[in-house]
Amino acid sequence: MTMSLQNPLLKVENLSHYYGDQIGCENINFDIYNGEVLGVVGESGSGKTTLLKLISGLLCPNAGSVAFDTRIEGLRDIYKMSEPERRLLMRTDWGIVYQNPKDGLRMNVSAGANIGERLMAIGNRNYANIRSDSSDWLEKVEMDLERMDHFPETFSGGMLQRLQIARNLITKPRLVFMDEPTSGLDVSVQARLLDLVRGLVSKLGIACVIVSHDLGVMRLLSHRLMVMKSGKVVEQGLTDQVLDDPQDPYTQLLVSSILPV
Amino acid sequence: MTASSQNKNTNGSMENPEILEGYNFAYLDDQTKRMIRRAILKAVAIPGYQVPFGSREMPLPFGWGTGGIQVTASIIGQDDILKVIDQGSDDTTNAVNIRNFFGKTAGVDTTEKTNKATVIQTRHRIPETPLSKDQILVYQVPIPEPLRWLEHRETETRKMHALAEYGVMHVGLYENIAHYGRVTTSYDYPVQVDDRYIMSPSPIPKFDNPKMDKMPALQLFGAGREKRIYAVPPFTKVKSLDFDDHPFTIESWEESCALCGSSNSFLDEVITDDEGTRMFVCSDSNFCKEQIEKLTNAPLLQNGDGS
Amino acid sequence: MYVAVKGGESAIRNSQQLLAEERRGDRNVEELTLDQIQNQMSLAVDRVMAEGSLYDKELAALAIKQSRGDLVEAIFLLRAYRTTLPRFGTTIPIETANMSIRRRISATFKDLPGGQVLGPSFDYTHRLLDFSLAANGDVPDAVEAEDAVDQNMPRVTDLLNNEGLIEEEKTEDDSEPFDITRQSPKLPAERTARLQNLARGDEGFLLALAYSTQRGWGKNHPFAGEIRMGELSIEFIPDELGFPIEIGEITITECQMINQFKGSSEIPAQFTRGYGLSFGHNERKTMAMGIIDRALRARELDEQVQAPAQDEEFVLSHSCNVEASGFVQHLKLPHYVDFQSELVTVRALREAVNTDKPDEAEPIPGIVAAE
Repeated sequence: MTMSLQNPLLKVENLSHYYGDQIGCENINFDIYNGEVLGVVGESGSGKTTLLKLISGLLCPNAGSVAFDTRIEGLRDIYKMSEPERRLLMRTDWGIVYQNPKDGLRMNVSAGANIGERLMAIGNRNYANIRSDSSDWLEKVEMDLERMDHFPETFSGGMLQRLQIARNLITKPRLVFMDEPTSGLDVSVQARLLDLVRGLVSKLGIACVIVSHDLGVMRLLSHRLMVMKSGKVVEQGLTDQVLDDPQDPYTQLLVSSILPV
Repeated sequence: MTASSQNKNTNGSMENPEILEGYNFAYLDDQTKRMIRRAILKAVAIPGYQVPFGSREMPLPFGWGTGGIQVTASIIGQDDILKVIDQGSDDTTNAVNIRNFFGKTAGVDTTEKTNKATVIQTRHRIPETPLSKDQILVYQVPIPEPLRWLEHRETETRKMHALAEYGVMHVGLYENIAHYGRVTTSYDYPVQVDDRYIMSPSPIPKFDNPKMDKMPALQLFGAGREKRIYAVPPFTKVKSLDFDDHPFTIESWEESCALCGSSNSFLDEVITDDEGTRMFVCSDSNFCKEQIEKLTNAPLLQNGDGS
Repeated sequence: MYVAVKGGESAIRNSQQLLAEERRGDRNVEELTLDQIQNQMSLAVDRVMAEGSLYDKELAALAIKQSRGDLVEAIFLLRAYRTTLPRFGTTIPIETANMSIRRRISATFKDLPGGQVLGPSFDYTHRLLDFSLAANGDVPDAVEAEDAVDQNMPRVTDLLNNEGLIEEEKTEDDSEPFDITRQSPKLPAERTARLQNLARGDEGFLLALAYSTQRGWGKNHPFAGEIRMGELSIEFIPDELGFPIEIGEITITECQMINQFKGSSEIPAQFTRGYGLSFGHNERKTMAMGIIDRALRARELDEQVQAPAQDEEFVLSHSCNVEASGFVQHLKLPHYVDFQSELVTVRALREAVNTDKPDEAEPIPGIVAAE
């Protein structure tokens, strides 16, 4: 991939966060470029969810910076933006797919309204247009159009994740954060969802940060991989490289204990 | 509008109940009135924004118009003429109660005639007769927060207002149309004031919403229990939320008022027997009376004021 | 017929007269005096003063009489009266360590300086109906103690404080405490605003919430460190004089709840406090308040907010019985305009279903209506 010449979309420098005297994550550095999928892997407690919160504007770091390539002003530290600016970014250029779909959806409004909400939030006031865009996206995430007016309460886990994805992608964000998007799903459902995500991300050229403990997921989705342990990055590189020829002893342990695929 | 601590009735055409001894003019002390007036001024300066204020306990229960009463008590002067309506009518229990309260504590003149009043306190209606720039309409508000049904936390709704994050309001409208083919909210229909703040018009029927737009009279809203005051200054744009392809509409009736024949007023339905026979009459009792007078071209009821 | 559905001024007047008559009851029965209420219904008077936010036994007794014993209504009467009173100033903060003790117990120490002073309490009675009271039984005089109550009556929490076992009671800063009766409360609230809100809050609401924390709805393991009740004099510095003068004496009840705290990265394990204070003799109320005060400190102490009693916005917004009673009962007011609007809408919806969809209609989900 030849992306080093352009500006990074997200630039993370010396990022640290502590919970009291415990390390949440420490001294993290990486860049993400347009269309790139970065996987963050590690066991629970390794700091990957903390990192995801830090870089998605949900948790203010103790040290370091997170800069995003804004459309107008270029790279800007998201924690130096005003709250309105940051919230605007979150509902336009960013998307967040939560591990628990209930955190990312409105469970008491229909699937169509869930998908259309972002359009309404940015000022779309034509019901017919919102509805047709929503149904387009329902199709794109391979859901039955009949589900348009149904409530998420009645959906399966896999459908809820599809709905979350559609809800986020409808405004064509440039960067999407995903926290364990397939955990808790049956293996067959997982595989279909991963295929879907991979297809959408590559077709739309969306950059993505995916956090997972599942190396199989990473192998399938991510271009680059970051391995975390105790709040620190122990190894990073191209996914295949890291998984096929791990350098760090911890990564070696991780790969040997979970693979073969 | 001046407030003083004297109980003089300078314009004494009304038979008032005996004035209560030992209480301030219009019940509230001057310190409190000043505090409320400051809140009102702020509210007028930021149309549609809910200004917190140090609401007091009043001798009427919270939820029964204490916000409106505190606003009225703070702006009313001895020369003012007060009209109080509830459900459009001057003689419902709540309207009578509040009118008596000001009769007893302020001794101001009261009236039922919309165009004679300088201050009109209302619950759930806007009078049918258009208001003028010399009048103030005071609304009683139970729940001032239009976002409350979608987000119940004050800490969050305040942020949504500050950032004008109002997309969720249209999610509600979208849901209505998706499920019922129309917006089903029929009263307390949310509006956007001066293209900025989303505001609850109080539980008036949506029939009354268009009257708020560019109204010459000052509109003040008091929510006593929730401790908020907000305002729409005269001639300010007030838009009911809708979609371009599903524009806001108001109620209409096939029937006309059984008493005055009016076909463009808000009608109350009255069940007249146990067979379910019903008739429709104007909810605005003063408007109805005036229409009848016009029709017969002679005053039907001599004793138009007060009682 | 048209007027019949409206209120009518004379109907209201008649209702008021009927109410007055019902309040008086059978005229052959002697009328209650305010003295009788003050003296023989003293705990009712205390509750009305506490939640009415006004220390005046005579007015509280009047409110109880006027409200026919409906205490929430009496509290409302006192609050509405309070609105009309100008504020001259603020008294000097009271020091409860200097209270003339009538009752003082601790559940955390068997004995302590000053001892356990049981005082007047239902706690040690069997709840048996005493039929001698129905027969106007005379009451023997209470026994007088041989020794006066110890002057030195340190607060239990101060004893623990000497060892550093309990957190320091700290004020947030030197600024004036927040006054929810003068300003619209802000959220998140400071502790002063919370305590004031709870001190005026409905006893039943606080009791149920406190109970819920004990049953696992919110982590809370309280000990009744100390409950004390007695009299304190109130001092005020008038501008003209510039020195404090005593302006009266009030009865108060104070409760210090002690709660375990595991400590965090910054603070070693120690006990934390929950505080309750009320006008008059109100033990149940102050204990509940102490438990809830502590529960509401969850955020401050990095505990997870999971239960209703820990949710500041939920507790503080719903604790006032004057607000709650008014709003629940306002549903009795006419709503026929709103209802008419709903009728028009529901008819239109039914018509649409009947004409558009002859086959099975969609299940209709709940739509949230305003108010």
